[in-house]
Amino acid sequence: MKAALAWLEQRTGYQKLVHESLFENVPGGARWRYVWGSTLVFCFAVQIVTGLALWLAYSPSSQTAWESVYFIQHQMWGGWFLRGLHHFTAQAMTVLLAIHLMQVVIDGAYKAPREVNFWSGVVLLLLTLALSLTGYLLPWDQKGFWATKVATNIAAITPVIGPGLQRIVVGGTDYGHHTLTRFFALHAGVIPGAILAFIAMHIYLFRRHGLTPKEPRRRPDAAFWPDQVLRDAVACLAVLAVVVFLIVRQHGAELGAPADPSEQFSAARPEWYFLFLFELLKYFPGGTELWGAIMLPGLVMLVLVAMPFVGNWRLGHRFNVGFLWVMLLGIGLLTYRAVRADRSNPNYATAVRAAERDAHRAIELAESPDGIPPTGAVTLLRNDAFTQGPKLFAKNCASCHRYDGHDGLGGQPKDPPAAADLKGFGSRAWIAGLLDPAQIKTPRYFGGSKLKNGKMAKFVQEDVPSFSASAKTDLTQAIAALSAEARLKAQRKLDQDESLIAAGSKALIGGTLSCMDCHKFHDSGEEFGTAPDLTGYASRDWLVALISNPAHVRFYGERNDRMPAFGEEKQLTAQEIGLVADWLRGEWYQPAQR
Amino acid sequence: MDASPTSLPDRRNFLTKIAAVITGVLIAAVSPIAGLLVVFDPLRRKSEDGGLVLIASLSSLPETGEPRKFPVLATRVDAWNRTPNVPVGAVYLQRLKAGGVRAFNVVCPHAGCFVDFRPNQGHFHCPCHDSSFALDGKILDPKSPSPRPLDDLPVELRRGTEIWVRFQNFRAGVHEKIPV
Repeated sequence: MKAALAWLEQRTGYQKLVHESLFENVPGGARWRYVWGSTLVFCFAVQIVTGLALWLAYSPSSQTAWESVYFIQHQMWGGWFLRGLHHFTAQAMTVLLAIHLMQVVIDGAYKAPREVNFWSGVVLLLLTLALSLTGYLLPWDQKGFWATKVATNIAAITPVIGPGLQRIVVGGTDYGHHTLTRFFALHAGVIPGAILAFIAMHIYLFRRHGLTPKEPRRRPDAAFWPDQVLRDAVACLAVLAVVVFLIVRQHGAELGAPADPSEQFSAARPEWYFLFLFELLKYFPGGTELWGAIMLPGLVMLVLVAMPFVGNWRLGHRFNVGFLWVMLLGIGLLTYRAVRADRSNPNYATAVRAAERDAHRAIELAESPDGIPPTGAVTLLRNDAFTQGPKLFAKNCASCHRYDGHDGLGGQPKDPPAAADLKGFGSRAWIAGLLDPAQIKTPRYFGGSKLKNGKMAKFVQEDVPSFSASAKTDLTQAIAALSAEARLKAQRKLDQDESLIAAGSKALIGGTLSCMDCHKFHDSGEEFGTAPDLTGYASRDWLVALISNPAHVRFYGERNDRMPAFGEEKQLTAQEIGLVADWLRGEWYQPAQR
Repeated sequence: MDASPTSLPDRRNFLTKIAAVITGVLIAAVSPIAGLLVVFDPLRRKSEDGGLVLIASLSSLPETGEPRKFPVLATRVDAWNRTPNVPVGAVYLQRLKAGGVRAFNVVCPHAGCFVDFRPNQGHFHCPCHDSSFALDGKILDPKSPSPRPLDDLPVELRRGTEIWVRFQNFRAGVHEKIPV
């Protein structure tokens, strides 16, 4: 062994290197305040390792980015932990950078002859922030997409080069494949490469000038190894412990719904450490944004770069330290204001809930037996009744109808309901409510529409209460039979009672209830009578046809109240009508065990 | 033969240095230039002018003049992919009292978020930096960070009922309405 090491030493001179790195002089002995630089190097090493591992499974394109991140997060061994480690270490790095910068300035480590080293540190700070910014987009979820869109739009207001720069970074006029390939190349290649070069320079210069001791020195000088190394290692362990705590608590990094450039995302916010910039923009009225977004941050950077010179003046050092504290306070205040504004904003809370719902649903669909189609996960949500149904309902139906008392998304429309509440439409309970004299004229059924003065309402309020016991049984059975026409997923078990359904069908066409006086049911009753056809009532086909044209003779004919012919008038596409129908019928993919 | 013995190596040295520098620059320049061409390629890309797009029928707009949001379906071009008939953006349409229809791009001219219409307050609001716009698209709150009103789009009514819109996106964050 000794001989082998001697051989190696003769060929490489490695012992000198080891000696230099371990036995560097620490003036005044090891101290905790010297650990911050090492924690940053440690974090960067973690990012390289985890980043390379993520790279093995990541695929940058608008049809595969979210999908591959989903696969890492939810399907691969320990993927959630790996991603969490990368995500939270990035956040830790930002905090540690701020601490490192504060400590360097407070201890005066930026003054001559260490100016160049200080500047290389400022460059490293900017490069690390650029890493965060580019990394935020890579999962290609709604949050990253919209935050990046805003960030690049703001960059585009830079005079002269802005628009061109934006186009080069985005990879064209619109966001897509090339935005991802470019951001990924920056995030995993260009920026880390530059950081490595600057770290090498930073550490070289640090060694050249030595550590800036904190006076008064408490103890005699000592070597880096082992006392300072132990302190550094313990500090890194503490950082790691916090990161692991966060990973476990949050179960890894968040993954939102897949990016959809046409889907509103009102919960768009940047990463928390950029929130102050986000908030700052609110204080710059139209046209002065250049000052808030470019000039002011640029000025702050200029002061930072000038610190080594300013520090030479009599009160310069105090100014520098004071400036940093003011900056930190300002950033803290703006961040607090941004968070507080969002906390007290019900619209934002609704948007966040909707975003979480979509994110959860996208993963549920991706995990379904059908999986993700080659067109990408965005089509999963676009074709999902559970996701689109409520949105379409709120936009197109909720001005008259309600769904369980709300507009489908939980909101309250301006006007009172003018048509039936469609929660559970076609179910036994819903039909029983319609035929209940106490309920039919409530806003839940015909209360808001002109149907409340129609024959049906009259029949329910005048004839039904005087029904004999056997007629009441007929009615209950008829309700079961009519409801079975809908073939609702939720009622599949109940609808298997064939004798009840058969008896109900008989009652429905029988004379006691006199349904066939106005309605049609399969081969019985009026040929497209004066009331909606009950054949296949509330089934998918029936509902789609009704929504497409309620004024068709099969439905309300001339007696149609205000309902538009959504299909005929091309207010909704056939696919959208299908999605609304499916949603109303509770017909969407549900995982086997919830 | 009568040249001074010291000048020749000097001159040769000079030529060697020049040659070394030129060769060095040459061999070092090729790969960055090749790379830069691809880096700058997006500068020559233009967004497709989709022309007029059929958005909706007039009957789908409330008589009250309340704006409604509609997706714009067109061919989306994403580098090597062309996907026909997918949402490429969205517009707010509103019926005008004087007749006709007004169309706004839903994108906030400030930084590119989609603005909401708030029916209860009767105005547009951007959920990102709180810009607000009146029904006619003008900036409502002078403190709004948006540099210009909502971007209106040319509308054509065909056969009395079909609303066709020339859909376009504009550069964010500037006073002027510059198409991208």
